[in-house]
Amino acid sequence: MTAPLLHVDNISKRFGGFVALDGIELEVMPGERLGLIGPNGSGKSTLVNCICGTLQNETGNVRFDGSDLNGLAAHQRTHRGVARSFQLPRPFHSMNLVDNLRVPLLYTVHARIGPLRSTGDLDARCLELLEMVGLAAKAKHMPRDLTQVEMRKLELARAVAAEPKLLIADEAMAGLSHSEIDDILKLLMRLNERGITIIMIEHIMSAVMSFSQRLAVLVSGKKVADGLPQDVVRDEQVVRAYLGQ
Amino acid sequence: MIAVNTAKFSLIMIAAGAVVMAFAHWVHVDYLYFASYTILQFIVLATAWNILGGYCGYVNFGSAAFFAMGAYSSVFMHKFFPVPIPVLIVIGALVSGTAGLGMGYLTLRLRGSFFAIATLALAVVLQTLVVNWDFVGGSRGAYIIRPEELEFAGITINYIEYLFFLMLSLAVIALITARTIERSQLGFGFATIRDDELAAEASGVPTLRVKLIATTISGAFMGMAGAPFPYYIGYLQPSSAFGLEYAVNSIAMPMIGGTTSWVGPLVGAILLGSAQQYATVTISSAVNLLIVGLMLVGFVIIAPNGIVGLVQERLRAWRKP
Repeated sequence: MTAPLLHVDNISKRFGGFVALDGIELEVMPGERLGLIGPNGSGKSTLVNCICGTLQNETGNVRFDGSDLNGLAAHQRTHRGVARSFQLPRPFHSMNLVDNLRVPLLYTVHARIGPLRSTGDLDARCLELLEMVGLAAKAKHMPRDLTQVEMRKLELARAVAAEPKLLIADEAMAGLSHSEIDDILKLLMRLNERGITIIMIEHIMSAVMSFSQRLAVLVSGKKVADGLPQDVVRDEQVVRAYLGQ
Repeated sequence: MIAVNTAKFSLIMIAAGAVVMAFAHWVHVDYLYFASYTILQFIVLATAWNILGGYCGYVNFGSAAFFAMGAYSSVFMHKFFPVPIPVLIVIGALVSGTAGLGMGYLTLRLRGSFFAIATLALAVVLQTLVVNWDFVGGSRGAYIIRPEELEFAGITINYIEYLFFLMLSLAVIALITARTIERSQLGFGFATIRDDELAAEASGVPTLRVKLIATTISGAFMGMAGAPFPYYIGYLQPSSAFGLEYAVNSIAMPMIGGTTSWVGPLVGAILLGSAQQYATVTISSAVNLLIVGLMLVGFVIIAPNGIVGLVQERLRAWRKP
């Protein structure tokens, strides 16, 4: 059996008296597609923030690719290969799309594998990434010119630009139409085929069900289920959490 | 925009500096040196402020403190162990750069107006320290007797011309530095901090380190601008070195010129600096801050992105009819 790429071991996080995460255990295998679901306020985003270093967990440990991430700042985790997209897109609004992607190339890919050969190579790589998400035609546009779905695509492209081993897509599809959801799903599938492990956080069940190989469910800061998607959605606790008793 | 690489740009700036120097030497009026020195000093201050305030989006209200630290380190050295002004400039850069690093470390966890208030507080604390430090003159101030002329390799140079030359060189260096940063990896890092620090971290930008680099460079240049000041003014007292006009001008000039590129502080400093010099001679030096205030209000209304932003907008509209 291969070692898990990500091992979240007994993580807890509180905000004042509110327990946001309570002893979460989670393992993700290399190349896996994991769906993470849970009602609003169940701690999904907090878990992502603890994995990515935006928040520091109080107890427990995050192991990634054979080393401990505890105490590392967010950018150091990005350098190790953890990338995320934000729930609400956070583009660098004073830069055009190419320059938005240039940032992770300059700061993460450079740091990990040494400088790219030249500015020409950088530009080419940025365009290639934009091509991948279908935004090449808008390369010189500013983020404010983009539609919602394009903004999400830019967000994913920027995360992928860092050449991560693990991509966490935090509600990349919320508020999008059916065809737009399909677009993003296809994109995530393609990324997964290239060997990127993906955790998808989503409320849209059809998308989660078709994408995930495994499903984990958070309710009130606790993991209540973890297994094959079709089994998990029939789990009594999960049904109760979503539909009430 | 025409692509000009850093080396070429540096040559152009040095050449421009040489032309200004030659022109000033040709005119050779002492007053002109005096007035232009102030404007050049503001170019350095505004450019320095812009590296933190414009590129990173952290508003520093304590510019006067860094300027005064440069000036007072010169006073200290003058009494302790006199050295030539270029060396004083290096010392001023080290002192204020270190202070910038320290201030950054203490205050960069604050954002927006809280950061601005913290920097203002730093200026107040430092002024109190200097007022009570007898060795550098305390509240009485310190006299620095400036020689009339400077002997250098057999040539006699007018001292004010010498000071003018030093400040001109500093302005050239500051502008070259600012533009080099703008186009470098560091410049991208600065811009990500201005735009969104969380997203910057997620993209792998070590935000704290990048911000500390910004406060250090910014502080160092302000210190450099302040180092020759006691020799220029002849008598330095805390209220002049920590003057409100330094804090206000170094914010207002980039804002009026435009904060996103090196051109903004340059344009703003020349415009505001000249207006103030003109007002000082024709009306009174007391109207200086009034001019700044009025212009700032005017520009916030007409051109919120400064003169550079306004020109860029017009150009864009003109290209796309």
